[in-house]
Amino acid sequence: MSGALRTQVGQLAHRSVLRTLRQPAQIVPALVFPLFLLAVNSGGLKDATSLPGFPTDSYLTFALAVPFMQGALFSVMNAGTDLARDIETGFLNRLALTPLRGAALLSGLLAGAVVLGLVQAVTYLTVGLIAGAELVTGVGGALVIVALAVSITVGFGSIGLFAALRTGSGEAVQSLFPVFFVFLFISAMALPLELLQTQWFHDVAAANPVTYLLEAFRSLLFEGWDAGALALGFGIAAVILLVGMLAAGSALKTRLVRT
Amino acid sequence: MRPRLGVGKPATRMSAGDGIEVEGLVREFKNGPRAVDGIDLTVEAGEIYGFLGPNGAGKSTTVLMLTTLLPPTAGTARVAGFDIVSQGPRVRSSIGAALQEAALDPLLTGAEHMRLQTALHGIPKAERTARGAELLERVGLAEAGDRKVGGYSGGMKRRLDLALALAHGPSILFLDEPTTGLDIQSRTALWDEVSRLAAEEGVTVFLTTQYLEEADALAGRVGIIDHGQIVAEGTPAELKAEIGRPTVEAVPREPGERERLAAVLERFGERTGGSPGGAAALLEGGESQLAEVVRALDGEGIAIETLQLHAPSLDDVFLAKTGHSLEGSGGAGAEPVGSA
Repeated sequence: MSGALRTQVGQLAHRSVLRTLRQPAQIVPALVFPLFLLAVNSGGLKDATSLPGFPTDSYLTFALAVPFMQGALFSVMNAGTDLARDIETGFLNRLALTPLRGAALLSGLLAGAVVLGLVQAVTYLTVGLIAGAELVTGVGGALVIVALAVSITVGFGSIGLFAALRTGSGEAVQSLFPVFFVFLFISAMALPLELLQTQWFHDVAAANPVTYLLEAFRSLLFEGWDAGALALGFGIAAVILLVGMLAAGSALKTRLVRT
Repeated sequence: MRPRLGVGKPATRMSAGDGIEVEGLVREFKNGPRAVDGIDLTVEAGEIYGFLGPNGAGKSTTVLMLTTLLPPTAGTARVAGFDIVSQGPRVRSSIGAALQEAALDPLLTGAEHMRLQTALHGIPKAERTARGAELLERVGLAEAGDRKVGGYSGGMKRRLDLALALAHGPSILFLDEPTTGLDIQSRTALWDEVSRLAAEEGVTVFLTTQYLEEADALAGRVGIIDHGQIVAEGTPAELKAEIGRPTVEAVPREPGERERLAAVLERFGERTGGSPGGAAALLEGGESQLAEVVRALDGEGIAIETLQLHAPSLDDVFLAKTGHSLEGSGGAGAEPVGSA
């Protein structure tokens, strides 16, 4: 990476982090809402652990994987809304008048998502452990959980950037949130894939990448080190990031028609 | 001449290459009319060029093309000697632009904006803080530099916008309606700074405006654009002279003397609309006839409450060239010459 590109990425990352930290309205719901759902689900569905084949005695531990995914979904909205606002206010044009490179813009903008992902992951894990969740892989597992959560957050954030560049509208980006939430609900969110008895739901959940992201978290929480599950989880996060960045890069070229 | 605040590839001198040359520039939008319809213009280095026109006339589209943010459909333009289509990065390194809305981040401070802008323009780290502070000082925002921009007034935002446009020491400055929505104090302060930049630092300024008095006060030459075409171009004085004659308007002290007053004024030129209770006429012989008018009124024994000379304004020029008045223009205003 050239010095100029490093400076550009660094400056935009700094701005992105400052923006995120200065908008409590972005951070607080992303922290509180998933923890509230965790409390409700782990209380209401705790009897599910008595189903034959349920992989753990603690539904709280099983459900703790979900907030990491919900938090990542917030990053779609936050990263996308910030960029859409830059488009709407003309700030993107200001940036376009500098020698800024497209790659620097996209990478810098995702820095805010990294910070938010980190804060979210540490908070969910800490609250979950205090509430009594298990973590069989110990400190090493905790670090991998945080790394996986940040990777997924950044991947989903890149989709937010694409949506912002494609539509140029904060409202359009925000309207994606419920669509993504549907993906979470049609996954193995509430029960393990093997226990989903309704065939069509099982098939949909099996085809849904969110299921495997959840399984990667769960493997670290109550199963132990599972290289296959982790490779699948990190691989899916990487693919989402790659696809998101390629799409965002293409949309940026269309959006920034500077000569 | 003060040294220009340039870094990287600063334009430290005024040269023919610091101007703008436009030939047959066209921008057509999908399923829409031609926003810019074949304009030709030349802006000399160090000149302030006023681009005057109503909303939707094509001013901002022209600026977007000249600043390389929008490719033209046809035609050519060279900015600072570089082609806007094939040499976009060279053009961008030579220009500064404050576009129509002050595009600022409400969550960042003024100083943070300056740091970001200077860094993205490749100014060395050691110089960024000093340059930012100097520019903030110059636009009167030194004390507000550590405050978030969300709390700035409209005038402060515009001044910060100007400082950001100057961050890399450009030789050409594009200002797209820089004073729209500003109070008169903020507007005057911005005019002073723009005049100073051109006069002392030789910066070429391309200024779009819908305020006639702004073009009149700032621009060395004015181009009037309407429906995407330039309908008139010249110095404000030349344009006004083309339209012609000043108007003299008087109100008698005794309302009953209005008709006698009008008859006297008609000796000097065609009668035209005046204020209620008064009369007005176009002075065929120009401003120099004013003294004769005063003597004639005195000779007829008509006591005068007010007497005003209206110089031809750019609004008159605009009206003559386009057939309609400029929406939202403040008008050039009358020049009262006293009362009798």
